[in-house]
Amino acid sequence: MDLFLQLTLAGLAIGSIYSCVALAVVMIYQATDHFNFAQGEMAMFSTYVAWTLVGLGAPVWLAFLLAVGISFLAGVVIERVIVKPVENAPVLNQIIVFIGLLVIFNSVAGWIWEFTIKPFPSLFPEDLGFKSTLIGPHHIGVIALTLGVLALVFAFFRFTRVGLAMRAAAANPDSARLVGVSVGWMLALGWGLAASIGAVGGILVAPIVFLEPNMMAGVLLYGFAGALLGGVSSPGGAVLGGLVVGVLENWVGQYVPGGSELKLTFALILIVGVLVFKPAGLFGRVVVRRV
Amino acid sequence: MTVTRPNPVTPQLLAGFGVAVVFAAIVPHLVSDFTSFQFTQAMAYGIALLGLNILTGYNGQFSIGHSAFYAVGAYTAAILLYHFEWNHYATLPVAALVAFVVGFLFGLPALRLEGLYLALATFAFAVATPQLLKFDAFEHWTGGVQGLFVPKPEPLIEGLSADQSLYYVTLAVMVLLMAVAWCLLHSRSGRAMMAIRDNPIAASTMGINTALYKTTVFGISAMYTGIAGALSVFVTEFVAPDAFNFFLAVNLLIGSVVGGIVSIPGVIFGGLFLVFVPNFAQDISRAYPFVPPPWAIFGIFLILAIYFVPFGVWGAVERAFAWWKRKSAA
Repeated sequence: MDLFLQLTLAGLAIGSIYSCVALAVVMIYQATDHFNFAQGEMAMFSTYVAWTLVGLGAPVWLAFLLAVGISFLAGVVIERVIVKPVENAPVLNQIIVFIGLLVIFNSVAGWIWEFTIKPFPSLFPEDLGFKSTLIGPHHIGVIALTLGVLALVFAFFRFTRVGLAMRAAAANPDSARLVGVSVGWMLALGWGLAASIGAVGGILVAPIVFLEPNMMAGVLLYGFAGALLGGVSSPGGAVLGGLVVGVLENWVGQYVPGGSELKLTFALILIVGVLVFKPAGLFGRVVVRRV
Repeated sequence: MTVTRPNPVTPQLLAGFGVAVVFAAIVPHLVSDFTSFQFTQAMAYGIALLGLNILTGYNGQFSIGHSAFYAVGAYTAAILLYHFEWNHYATLPVAALVAFVVGFLFGLPALRLEGLYLALATFAFAVATPQLLKFDAFEHWTGGVQGLFVPKPEPLIEGLSADQSLYYVTLAVMVLLMAVAWCLLHSRSGRAMMAIRDNPIAASTMGINTALYKTTVFGISAMYTGIAGALSVFVTEFVAPDAFNFFLAVNLLIGSVVGGIVSIPGVIFGGLFLVFVPNFAQDISRAYPFVPPPWAIFGIFLILAIYFVPFGVWGAVERAFAWWKRKSAA
C-alpha cells in the first residue's frame, strides 16, 4: 500500500509538471489553433538559462525568477519575429516553422552547453521541517509551486483587464479588434506567458530527470497527452489531464510488465486513444465544422 | 456530356523523363564508387520523400513521423536478411507490404484526426519509435540497442561494383515508383485525393469516400517510405534504433519542403539536399567555431525556405517554365 501511495504522490508531482506544459500548449492552441511543437525545447532552453545563472552565483530562486522573466520576453519576441510571418499561411507551413524552432533550440543548446547530463539544484530545501516516507521534499515543493502558478494564471485571466482582452482576442479576434484590443500583441503576450509557464515546468523537472538538451521530449509528449485528455479547448481540463497522465504513467511503469521501458509508447497510446475515442477530451467542447 | 481533358502525357514530359533516366544511368560510370554510394542514399531518401509528398502535398494529411515507417521498412528487411538469410531483393516487397499495413492501421485513427491532430499523433509515433525498437522483449529480433549488421547485396551483373549495382537497382525502383505515383495522381483516384486536400467536405458531398481514401493514401505513403527504409539498409549495411529518431522525421520534412512538397521530380532535389548539404554544413561549422551547428543551420534554413520559397526547388522550376512560356507566347 505504501508503494502505491508513493507512486501516486510522485505521479501527482510529475503530473503537475506535465500540467504546466499542457497549459502552455493549450494557451497557444486557444489563441492561434496551433500546437507549439517547440514548447518543450523552449522550456529546456529556459532551464539552461537558469542553470547558467546559478553557475554565475545567483541564488537558485533568483535564477528561477530571472529565467522565467527572460523566457517571457523571448516568447514575445519569437511570436513577433518568427511566427507572425506565417500567421495566415497554411497549417503545414506553421507546423514546419515550429519544427524548425524545435531543431534550432535543441541543437543550439547542445552547442552552447554540450550534450552531457548536468545535475540541476532543487528550488526547495532538503528539510521541510517534517519527514515523510511517502513523498520527497522536491515533489512536495513541485506540487505546491505549480498549484500557486496555476492559481496566478487563473487570477490573471479572470480578474485583470489584459487577461480579459487576451481571452477576447482568442475567442473572437475580429470582434476583439473592433472594440480596440490589439490582437497581435495579445498573441505575443500569450506566447510569452506560455514560454514562462513552460520554463517553470522545465526548471521543476530538471532536478528529477537531469538537465540535457533532450530532456523535454518525453515531458512534452506527456504534456500533449494531458492536454488532449483534458480537452485542448479547456485550460482547467488540461491541468487536470496533466495530473491524471502523471499518475497513470507511474502506475503503468510499476504494474504493467515492460511499462517502465515503454513510457513514450504509453504516451503515444494515450494520445491516439484519446483522439480516437474522445477527440474533444474530457472537458473540451465539440467543434462542428461547416462548409 | 463528355468533358475532354488534354492528355497529360505530353511529348515534352516523355522527352524530359527519357533524358533524366539516361543521364542517371550514365552517372555511376563518371564518378567514384563512393559518390555512387552517396547518390544511392539520395535516391533512397527521394523514395521516402515521394511517400511524404503523396500524403501531404497531394492529399493534405500531415505527418511529422515518417521516420517510423522508414524504420518499419528498414527493420523488416534487416530481420529477414539477418535471421532468415533471404535474398536482398526478395525483402523489398515484404517491407513494402508490412509498411503499408502499419501505415493503413495508423491511418485508421487518422480518419478522425484533422490536420493538426494527425501531426501530433505522428509526432508521438516518431518520438516513441527508438524506444520501441530497443524494447527488451523484441531484442532477439531487433538486436536491441546494438541493432543488426547485414551484408551488402552482391552485384547483379558481372563487371559492376557492388555500389554501382545497388545504384542501378535503387534507380530502377525509384523510376518505377515515380511512374506509379504519377499515374496514380493523374487518375480519377488522384483527382479525388486532391479534392479531399482542397475541400474535404465538398469532396465527400460529391460522393468521394473520404475515409477510405485517406486511410489508403496513408498506407501507400507509408509503403513508399518503407521501401526507402529497406533500400537504405542495403546501402548502409546496418540498422540501429537511434538512426530512426525524430530528427530523421525532421530530415524527411526538410527534404520534402526543399524539393517541393507538391511535386514528384522535386524529391530528387530533396534527396540530394539531405545527403550532401549536412556534410557541407558540418564542414562549415567545424571550420568556423562561431557558426552554429549543422542542425541549427538546418532549422534556420527550413524556416527561411517556408517564408520565401514554400513551393520548393521544383515549384520554382515550374514557375520559371510557366513564365518563360508566357513570355515566348507574347
